[in-house]
Amino acid sequence: MNIVLVDYGAGNLHSAHRGLERALTDTGLSGSVTVTSDADTVARADRIVMPGDGAFRDCRQSLDAVPGLVEALTQAVKVKGSPFFGICVGMQLLADIGEEHGETPGLGWLGGHVRHLEPADAGLKVPHMGWNTLRLQRPHPLLDGLRLGEGGLHAYFLHAYHLVADRAEDVIAVADYGGPVTAAVARGTVCGTQFHPEKSQTLGRALFANFLRWTP
Amino acid sequence: MTLKVRVIPCLDVKDGRVVKGVNFVDLADVGDPVEAAKAYDAAGADELCFLDITASHEKRGTLLDIVQRTAENCFMPLTVGGGVRTVEDIRALMLAGADKVSINTAAVRDPAVVGRAAERFGAQAIVVAIDAKGVSKPGEAPRWEIFTHGGRTPTGIDAVEFARTVANLGAGEILLTSMDRDGTKNGFDLGLTRAISDAVSVPVIASGGVGTLDHLVDGVRDGRASAVLAASIFHYGTFTIREAKEHMARAGLPMRLDREDGV
Repeated sequence: MNIVLVDYGAGNLHSAHRGLERALTDTGLSGSVTVTSDADTVARADRIVMPGDGAFRDCRQSLDAVPGLVEALTQAVKVKGSPFFGICVGMQLLADIGEEHGETPGLGWLGGHVRHLEPADAGLKVPHMGWNTLRLQRPHPLLDGLRLGEGGLHAYFLHAYHLVADRAEDVIAVADYGGPVTAAVARGTVCGTQFHPEKSQTLGRALFANFLRWTP
Repeated sequence: MTLKVRVIPCLDVKDGRVVKGVNFVDLADVGDPVEAAKAYDAAGADELCFLDITASHEKRGTLLDIVQRTAENCFMPLTVGGGVRTVEDIRALMLAGADKVSINTAAVRDPAVVGRAAERFGAQAIVVAIDAKGVSKPGEAPRWEIFTHGGRTPTGIDAVEFARTVANLGAGEILLTSMDRDGTKNGFDLGLTRAISDAVSVPVIASGGVGTLDHLVDGVRDGRASAVLAASIFHYGTFTIREAKEHMARAGLPMRLDREDGV
């Protein structure tokens, strides 16, 4: 299995790289993880993981700045059907529009807008920063075997914006923070998490393994 | 489901080695930062903080190497600060593996750098570290001022006002250290912590003065901090991270107590 971790200059790749290598070991699958910005390599990938630390607009600009990358991603995901995992802003980019620092178009693979968090309880601080549990919205192979809910494992969140999906069924898990916060999405061969699996210890480890086992 | 209170050990790093200063003097070398980070990852720390106190800007490469090796070996969030001056400094640390970068003196000199950094990296990645000391006389309403250079240099800037300013500019978190309490083990300056927490809509990390586990509870319950940072009580093994979190949970605070032994 040829896993590509997309390097477009938008944040930390080291933990995700190591996390995916560990997931290969955990699942017993054979394969390798390649960190690359090369469009041809991305187009040939069996699985694609796209991180994203930063502001939505800056990440989109970084993605566009790599020649042929958006086309290669589109080819791999939309035509070839390679499973895609977006992390944090890498997931937000699936939306139609991001609203951080003005409106910026996303990839539009999953309908919705990326909006500022507005917790119903005004006492709650924004950004939503730290460890929260997840509530299942729809069973999905990505979340198989994970202990979710109040007494479940925690995921690490670090964000002030979240993806508000047009279709409720695209949201497979939420966190509660003065109302539901989109935590994980999936549609077809595309999925992603707002939280950081590569920083989420036990839960993240299981999630990466599930992604590699997933056959959408 | 609730967002949990974070317990954050902080490692002071100088020339690539971990040190812990008492009131930022009397430094003692206590080890390899990457090994310490791995130990805290295994112990269930909620985040880790590296504060680089290397005097020379030329030796910054050492820090980037430590951050990268930590990111490769740890699956926990990492904040890095100390000597961060420009957007390019922040970018280098984030690419090396920092999740958040904290700005201190540079933000005091030119608060606009906070706005530029947040525009680029998002508010969630930008922490402003505020070092404050009480400056009001007995009988006056309490007032705190920003100090730089490890608490030696007064700036005349009101700490609460400054916190509001940087939060409005885009800081996603305030790392608040009481220079009166740092190294004393007498507990956080709760008045200061509360004043800043109530003044801003972003999370505040309380720092400076932790000597007991009750101090951690006080920082959240009375200081209204979202997270607590401590160094020596953890580094010298007075308490484990787990003991701290269980104590805080018994006091009624929402804590993450996942065991790292399975799904």
